[in-house]
Amino acid sequence: MYRYDEFDSRFVRERVREFRAQVERRLDGSLTEDEFKPLRLQNGLYLQLHAYMLRIAIPYGTLSSRQLRQLALIADRYDRGYGHFTTRQNLQFNWPKLKDVPDILDLLADVEMHAIQTSGNCIRNVTADHFAGVAADEVEDPRPTAELIRQWSSLHPEFSFLPRKFKIAVTGAEHDRAAIKAHDIGLRILRRPGTGEIGYEVIVGGGLGRTPMIGKVVREFLPRADLLSFLEAIMRVYNLEGRRDNKFKARVKILVHEIGAEEFRRRVEQEFAALDGPSVNADPEEVKRIAAYFAPPPYEELPERSVKLSIAKAAHRDFARFVETNVFAHRVPGYAAVTISLKPIGGVPGDATSEQMRIIAELAERYSFGEIRVTYMQNLVLPHVRNDELFALWEALDAAELATANASLVTDIISCPGLDYCSLATARSIPIAQSLSRRFADGARQREIGPLGIKISGCINACGHHHIGNIGILGLEKNGAEYYQLTLGGDATENAALGERLGPGLAAEEVPDAVEKIVNVYLQERSVGEEFIATYRRLGIAPFRQAFEKGVEGDQHAAH
Amino acid sequence: MPLIDATGFKQNGFARMTEGCSLPAGDVILPLEKLSTWREEVFSRGDRVGVHLPNTARVDEVWPLLDDVALVSIDFPSFADGRGFSLARGLRQRGFFGVLRAFGPLIADQMRHALGCGFDEVETPEAVIVRQPISQWRAALETITLRYQRGAGNGLSILDRRRAAREMGHRRFHSGLALARE
Amino acid sequence: MAAPKKPPLPVILMANDLIDGEVVFRTATGWSSEPREALIAGNAQAADALEAEGIAEMSRNKVVDAYLVDVVLGENGPQPRHFRERLRTLGPSIRPDLGKQAQSVIEPRGVPHVSL
Repeated sequence: MYRYDEFDSRFVRERVREFRAQVERRLDGSLTEDEFKPLRLQNGLYLQLHAYMLRIAIPYGTLSSRQLRQLALIADRYDRGYGHFTTRQNLQFNWPKLKDVPDILDLLADVEMHAIQTSGNCIRNVTADHFAGVAADEVEDPRPTAELIRQWSSLHPEFSFLPRKFKIAVTGAEHDRAAIKAHDIGLRILRRPGTGEIGYEVIVGGGLGRTPMIGKVVREFLPRADLLSFLEAIMRVYNLEGRRDNKFKARVKILVHEIGAEEFRRRVEQEFAALDGPSVNADPEEVKRIAAYFAPPPYEELPERSVKLSIAKAAHRDFARFVETNVFAHRVPGYAAVTISLKPIGGVPGDATSEQMRIIAELAERYSFGEIRVTYMQNLVLPHVRNDELFALWEALDAAELATANASLVTDIISCPGLDYCSLATARSIPIAQSLSRRFADGARQREIGPLGIKISGCINACGHHHIGNIGILGLEKNGAEYYQLTLGGDATENAALGERLGPGLAAEEVPDAVEKIVNVYLQERSVGEEFIATYRRLGIAPFRQAFEKGVEGDQHAAH
Repeated sequence: MPLIDATGFKQNGFARMTEGCSLPAGDVILPLEKLSTWREEVFSRGDRVGVHLPNTARVDEVWPLLDDVALVSIDFPSFADGRGFSLARGLRQRGFFGVLRAFGPLIADQMRHALGCGFDEVETPEAVIVRQPISQWRAALETITLRYQRGAGNGLSILDRRRAAREMGHRRFHSGLALARE
Repeated sequence: MAAPKKPPLPVILMANDLIDGEVVFRTATGWSSEPREALIAGNAQAADALEAEGIAEMSRNKVVDAYLVDVVLGENGPQPRHFRERLRTLGPSIRPDLGKQAQSVIEPRGVPHVSL
């Protein structure tokens, strides 16, 4: 894991001091609310429906046990004993008081954390594959790249007042677990065919929200050394040319769309050529310095197969099921990555209590070199667990009610906070997630259905990524009531696709039946071993729509 | 409007030529569209020429007009509109060595952004200074003393400092070897 | 710019306290965290006065986001017509142990609970 040097530490402390003064200046009237708002947002502080909300950065989703314990302490001391892991690998506290926030930030700085740029019209917290350094299909660990970008983007003097927010994601693997095509910039680490040189494929202009778009490739191969100057070129084109007349058209995806990917690429290349690269880029020694922090932990040499694991699986059916769903193959023989689901049946997706945080921190120390990952699926991962110890870990998780065996299954639902917390929301989303989770609670049925991603957003801004859910649910408002629109066929992976609207909106109570009908069509029509998304691609939306419409009509007849 | 640089209030040596008014005496900031009309007259009387740019100006288009221009003022219609920051960096990158002034309702907290993008000074409305006295502008600069970005602003970035520390380390290491050999 | 639409009467004035963020209601004498203590404006003149107070209080840096909310009057005092504002008088519908509803003065009702 990355550790702060003296400069990083001083930098974060200076930002805390600056924010402390900004709060004081807000209270004494030196700053108006209009002036203070972008400043507080750039430090992760929102004013939500019931209270302020503080969003804390977990850069590229990597967390140490010490950091997680500190988050638990903050939850108890300054909040209501819990936190919410978000779809961008961040953590939100829902009830801080403005006057306490500087003290919270100091506590974060104590463990090398901050809330810098988790909101606002600036470059946001950089996300990465949560299986970085673990997955076998990885060209290179994306985290050193993400850390370099974190540093370069922090308090960037030129790019702090952009037309709109700007999100960057990095993956180093073939299988995209970071949804890079749904980001303003997506970077994929690859080897140049022929030479084997490491560099980046650069994708720009993806995004969800009101106008969902899949990103376009603007550079097939960018040499590693040119990363920062190329990013500056993209950012400068966007800062100067991005629309500022309409908030809903201000993201870079609209600029790329309006002038065309070719023209955008030309402008970026022109700006890049004009930039003095060597004066902007990090030198190779610096890149190496950062990369050294992500050296693999001291793994032991272990046999591929664990007899202990086989015996435990044979003896404990629930454990065997947990291994089937929540354990991910590790590149190092004898190890595995374990998903800790924050989606208990009927629970609030992504919420963890301070007590759970402490238990997970403890288990990370005991079983996973003190390391935890946060996924954009709103779960946690212990990335390096010995196969021999999986059973002991599962027992401990089970005792803490953290062993829900549903990773990637139909109850592993992504949901934004929705109108229960968020001031932008048009409808609630958590209660929908809860009702679906209860409807599909039966484990055997979930396993029969197989991988199926439901994603729920409580407004058009799409924090719940509904567009790229296999089943997407969008909460809206009409005539003073909440209603929900379903989309089918979205995909967040390297085969990124946007879902298609299924039909008219539904009342909250009707959503579980509608989803069940969709699932039943899939179960009837699938061929052997075919996942939901594959069946959908083969059949198209028609049979699903037919079943859905029949349901809607039937309900209407019943009502009359 | 008050003029502020990294050290505090500053005397404004330039007068602005405003819509419908005649050419003021002394050093003048001309609107971009009046630059070609009036520049020679200002030069001929021995005064300096400045130009005021909208933040939609393109570096490539204005650059040929900036010969002998002593000051470029860039418009900030609102403090949240950051186009002027990129325009300033583009001009510095192109090789503009004159004075760069940000003109508009920037706040004290943005002094570091302005300086980091190559501005020398900020001309902000009186109303901002009433709420944010000069002590706050100075304090804001003294609070954030570090930055990561290379090629932005004056002084060494964190990346440059690390490099310097590395090079120092190498030198020490090598001179240590030399000593050991002796 | 068109003038913002006036909500139908009667109305109350809701805001967030600047320092702690809590949802507060304008009363005859100041601000309260209790919706039933809210001052109710039943005519246009009273509503305008209430709105003006909100603007003044924002410029005094006491509250943020102050605006008028239309209500129906019941036994427990005024209740916002719109479900969003109703939620603000209660707290998260999924956590009855948190927010104003947890302080047990008011009944958590009026927002349909999704239980299926």
